[in-house]
Parts: sequence; C-alpha cells; structure tokens
Amino acid sequence: MTIEEKDHKDQRLAPQQQLLEDEDIEVVSPFRDAVRQLRKNRMAVAGFSVIVFFILLGIFGPLFTPYTYDGQVLTNRLLPPSAENWLGTDDVGRDLFTRVAYGARISLMVGFFAVTGALFFGTILGVISGYYGRWIDMLISRIFDILLAFPSILLAIAIVAILGPSLQNALIAIAIINIPIFGRLVRSKVISLREEEFVMAARAQGMKNGRIVMHHILPNSLAPIIVQATLGFGTAILEAAALGFLGLGAKAPKPEWGKMLADSRDFIQLAPWTLIVPGLSIMLVVLGFNLIGDGLRDALDPKMKN
Amino acid sequence: MLIPVLFGMTLITFSIVHLIPGNPAQVILGETATQEAINNLEENMGLNKPYFVQYGIYIQDLLQGDLGTSLRSKTDIAQEIWPYIAATLELTFFAMIFAVFVGTNAGIISAWKQNSLFDYVAMLIALVGVSMPIFWLGLMEQWVFSQELGWLPATGRENSRDPIEPITYFYVLDALLQLDFSRAITVLKHLILPSIALGTIPMAIIARMTRSSMLEVMKSDYIRTVEAKGAGQFIIVYKHALKNAVIPVLTVIGLQTGVLLGGAILTETIFGWPGIGRYVFDAISFRDYPVIQSGILVVAFFFVIINLIVDLLYTYIDPRIKY
Repeated sequence: MTIEEKDHKDQRLAPQQQLLEDEDIEVVSPFRDAVRQLRKNRMAVAGFSVIVFFILLGIFGPLFTPYTYDGQVLTNRLLPPSAENWLGTDDVGRDLFTRVAYGARISLMVGFFAVTGALFFGTILGVISGYYGRWIDMLISRIFDILLAFPSILLAIAIVAILGPSLQNALIAIAIINIPIFGRLVRSKVISLREEEFVMAARAQGMKNGRIVMHHILPNSLAPIIVQATLGFGTAILEAAALGFLGLGAKAPKPEWGKMLADSRDFIQLAPWTLIVPGLSIMLVVLGFNLIGDGLRDALDPKMKN
Repeated sequence: MLIPVLFGMTLITFSIVHLIPGNPAQVILGETATQEAINNLEENMGLNKPYFVQYGIYIQDLLQGDLGTSLRSKTDIAQEIWPYIAATLELTFFAMIFAVFVGTNAGIISAWKQNSLFDYVAMLIALVGVSMPIFWLGLMEQWVFSQELGWLPATGRENSRDPIEPITYFYVLDALLQLDFSRAITVLKHLILPSIALGTIPMAIIARMTRSSMLEVMKSDYIRTVEAKGAGQFIIVYKHALKNAVIPVLTVIGLQTGVLLGGAILTETIFGWPGIGRYVFDAISFRDYPVIQSGILVVAFFFVIINLIVDLLYTYIDPRIKY
C-alpha cells in the first residue's frame, strides 16, 4: 500500500471512528443520564442540599448540643436564641435546636417508612390489578376509587380514630392513604407495558409471569414511581406533622415538629421562635422534596431533553 | 360510577366502628364501664346483630336521612350537623375564591410576562405555597395580623357578643338577607385569615398549572392569528387564550376542593371555626363514633358531588367533551 492509498483509507475511516467515539460518549445508562440532567437543574440541586442538610442535622445535630430533647430546665423557660441555646428554648426550658434535630429524625423516618410501605403495597396491588386484569382489576380499582374519594387527611384521621393516636399509627394511616396513589400509577404503567413487544417476546420464550413482572415490567415503570415517591415523601411528612399537630400522632415529649407547633401555640407573642423554628423546618423539608421531585420529573421525561 | 363509589364510602364509614381493636362498646365507654352499660350500648347501636344486618340497617337509615345519634349530645346528628356543614362550606367557598382569583391571575400574568420579575416572584411564592403546612401559616397569620397588628380577629365566625340570627347558617348570606351590613362586614373580616390559610396551597397549585397551561396555548397558531388581526394583548390573553387554557386548571380546581375540605379540619382547629372538621375532631376525643362516621361520610359526599359538578362543567367549557 502506498502512502497515498493509506492516507485515503484513513480519511475514509475517520468519520466512522468519529462516530464510534461519539457513541462512547453518548452510551450512558438512563440512571446516569437522569443524574446528569438533575445536576443541571439548579432548583433540584437546592432541594437536594436542603434534604442533605436535614439528614445531617438529624444524624449529627444531637452530638453538638449538651442537652437532651426532653431535658426540662424550668429556670430557662422561653429564652430567645443565644450562644447557649442556638434556637432558644420552649415553655418548659427544653433546648429548641436539640428538639428540632431529633424532630428531623422523626419526620424523615416517618416519611421514609410511610412512602416505603405505600410503595410496597401499592406496587403489589397495582401489578396484580394491571397484569391480571378482569375481576381482580375491577375489585382493586374500585377500592382505589373509593379510598381516593375521601380527602386524604380525613381518611388518615379516620384510621387513627380506629387504631388510636400514636406516632406508629399515624405512620400506618399515612401509608394506607398513599397506597392507592402508587397503586393507580403502577397499574397504568403495567397496562401500557403489558402489550409491548418485548413483553410478548419474553412470554413466547416461556418466561413465567413473576419473572416478566420483575425483570421487564417494573424496571420500565420505574421513572414515574421514583418521581411520585419523592413528592410523596414531602406529602407524608406534611401529613404526619398535621396529625401530630391535631394530637393524633406523636405523643409528648417526642419532639415531632407538628406536635411542637401545637404545644407552643399559646406562646406565640411571648416567644415567636418556638413556632417559627419547627414550622420553618417542616416547610423547608417539604419544599426540598418537592424541588427534587419536580427536577426528577423533568430529568426522567424524554420530552424535556434538549 | 357515582353510585358504587358512594356505596363503597358507606362501607368504609360503617367499618370505622367495627375495625376498632377489641370490643367497640368497651372502647367507646372506657375501661371502667360495667357489663350492663356495655350491653346497653351494644343494644342501642345494634352492635350485637350480625354484620350484614347492621350494614343493611345503616344503609336503610342513611337513605331515610338518619345519620344516627350522637353519643355525647344525645341528639340526632342529622339535626345538629347542618350549622357545622354550613360553616365549613362557607369557609371552603371563600378559600376557593381566594385561590382561584389570585392563582389564575398570577398564573396568567406570569405566562404573559414570562421571565419577568413578576414571573419569578410569583412562581417562588407558588413554590413555597405548595410546601406550606397550613396550620403553621394559620398560626403565623394570627400572630402578625391579629396579635401584633390587631387588624383582623383571630378566632371564631362572628362577634360572639353580637351574634347573627341564623337562617341558612351561611353567616354572610344571613347577614345580607337581614340587610345587616355591619354584621356582614364583621363576618367577612372573620373569614379573611382562615380563607387565606386554607386557600394558599390550592392557590399555589392553580397558579403553577395556569402558567404552564397558558404558556402552551400562547404558542398555538390561533393566537398568532388573533395577534395578526391586531387584537390587543389583554383581549388575546383573557378572551382567547384563557378559554383553552382553563380546562386543565379546572381539573386542578376540582381536585383541590377535596384538599380544601380535608384541610378545613386543620384550619378550623387553629381559627376556632365551628365547622364539620372541628365537629369530627372533637368527636374523636370523646370517642363519639356515630359523629365520626357521619361527619366523614358527609364531607366525602360533598367531595364527590363537587367533582361531579366539575365534570359537568367541562362539557360547558369544552363542547368537544361528551358524556
């Protein structure tokens, strides 16, 4: 081969190589792609930072204070924020920073377990309903309709009225009211995927229903479920705080944010910080999850890609 | 669709008593109740009959408008419930007016003046509003506007020393019917803070929905045609674009009304508003289960009816939709 010929060949190869290199860059998993999209979204990053802050506050916050969440010092009642009590004290002299930090643990845990529970049962019911159809679909869908026909907080109150007021029962109630939301979502995804060619191919290969659901249907319905779970996290925290505020959730001296608000409402003029701090915490955490949820929705939606 | 859902709802409210762990009569009467008292209550509430018979009686009673008897006040719930319902509906109505008026207009202007300062501020407020715990917002309102500034009353529906003669129990309407304008203004003043607290989340959601819906419509061909005809911006936005943008907004409004009915419980607790939420909530601490059952059923019933009205409104606004 002469040099000229070789050059010519290289030139012919070049665009192809270029293409290969481009593909190398473009081949990223949908997950990494979503993360990349999300990192570009400033609002989502802000929301993420807020949540990380509260997680760190919940884990490490109590290590930074010499107080316990239920340690009452009656001589220190309703002190304004100071070097000793960073966020002030409440009506029985408990340190507010310590209580808010422990409260972060409670709220995030309630959100986590309520969403996980609702997600677990909602997914099972949604898959059964969407995949098997017929009478079982009719039955499950009607139950979802009925549960969604109640205003959610009212249904939660009814469930707590049955089970008795406690943090655990509030958590159960919040999980139950969120089941139909996840259930319906999963059902609609399963129904649209059930008729897809790759599912039919799997079936033709003799794959069992359980495997088809676990390996083909669920992984492909993940995007909207993740978005809903993130948004649901915020809602669950808000609902838990509402139940706590009504005295149907956490019991004293547990520093649940909603309960803290209810306990301090008489001191609003005397010591506004006792209300501002827990209320602002609830709002920020919920806002954080809403921002991440909105960001995820945009990141996972193929239509939004530029 | 409506009938099975309504029946399903009665099944759930019926089950509230029967799902109580242990003996319901014992739980209602407390630990110290005698066996005789328990037997009496079981007899009165029909708890000693088989479930199917009990449910049959429950439905029969409901169809005749009998909501049971309150264990606390010993009166018929159907007789005493109306003032509470009226109070909640009045509050919900004003909260919705606030939410729809402020929400749609903020959304429209944000879309119209996209990326302006107004747009950014309005959407920031909407974003915070969606995440707002309404009980906290209510407490903050009370602190600022009634305790610190003294502009508005913090609790109640009216001046308790100068009560209104109730006719419909919608106090604004009652005062107006009696041509008593000073009392009507007093009632309206009592409504402002709770309506804003209750209406904030729907307002925020409506604003965001209106904005995105308007942005989509404003890009369409017919809007360009109207522009080409030389119509003014105001006419384009409010007459032509809004008509098509309003349908998704209407769905949100329907859904949010249910949220309002639920949220009313929290708002009523904070503002001492004698509504149905407060009625049910008080019944919980007295273990007055018939009131809990009927109160929840009535609220859910209104929720279903409101969503039905919204569905019917679609056909009016968009004649392409037919049922």
